Amino acid sequence: MTVIFYISAAIAVVATILTVTRVNVVHALLYFICSLLATGVMFFVLGAPFVAALVVIINAGAIMVLFVFILMMMNMGPQSADQERAWLTPGAWVGPAVLSVLLTIELVYSLVHFRAAATTGQAVGPQQVGAALFGPYLLGVELASVLLLAGLLGAYHLGEGAMKPREKRS
Amino acid sequence: MAIIPVEIGLIIAGMLFCVGLVGVLTRRNIIVILLSIEIMLNACGLAFVVAGSHWQQPDGQVMYFFILTVAAAEVAVGLSLSLQVYHKFGSLDANAVNRMRG
Repeated sequence: MTVIFYISAAIAVVATILTVTRVNVVHALLYFICSLLATGVMFFVLGAPFVAALVVIINAGAIMVLFVFILMMMNMGPQSADQERAWLTPGAWVGPAVLSVLLTIELVYSLVHFRAAATTGQAVGPQQVGAALFGPYLLGVELASVLLLAGLLGAYHLGEGAMKPREKRS
Repeated sequence: MAIIPVEIGLIIAGMLFCVGLVGVLTRRNIIVILLSIEIMLNACGLAFVVAGSHWQQPDGQVMYFFILTVAAAEVAVGLSLSLQVYHKFGSLDANAVNRMRG
């Protein structure tokens, strides 16, 4: 099981790097879905099966489908990839990339010298998570529902009329 | 279930977060920026789950649930905004938005 964790961690990191560097947005999206599925495997191995299911169903399922739908609605042609390639000049990405790599190295260095402990290797099942969610975190769940309602209303209000000329054209 | 050193899990979360940070800083496509924010939120969630797995408590997974909620709401609003930007400016360039007049 430990080997599975490391393999899926490597897949997650590589797929995420490919997500950020692809010029075609659909390819980036597919790599990110792959990275999310690898994260789901990591969660399962870490002993969090509820969150693993949540990642696959909500994150890789629902949220990514939203991205795919929006890309389909925009209907971008091959010229968008050329434009994207023109934006990704070395002058634009070298500075932030070097600084972020330095940050990563610092983080890895400090965590390597941290030497805390290992995970217990025992699963925390959905039952315990549900009891915690509707016990001490009940107010948080209510706030999350209010936040989702706000997101729904915001998306409805902002998205209104965004596709009108496209409808006229067809 | 495997026994993983906590620092390894935190290192992976930090690496994923920094890759997302590079995406936010370097890309100009609004959709890819939203995707990179999603990467960063997911990396934070991974750190929470690793910590929850270390302490053998459900709180880490509860926090991931909340992060997922925030991500869903943010993506819904962000994507409808990017749809409006594409409608108004004909491209997804984040720099195009600074031509906007009140």
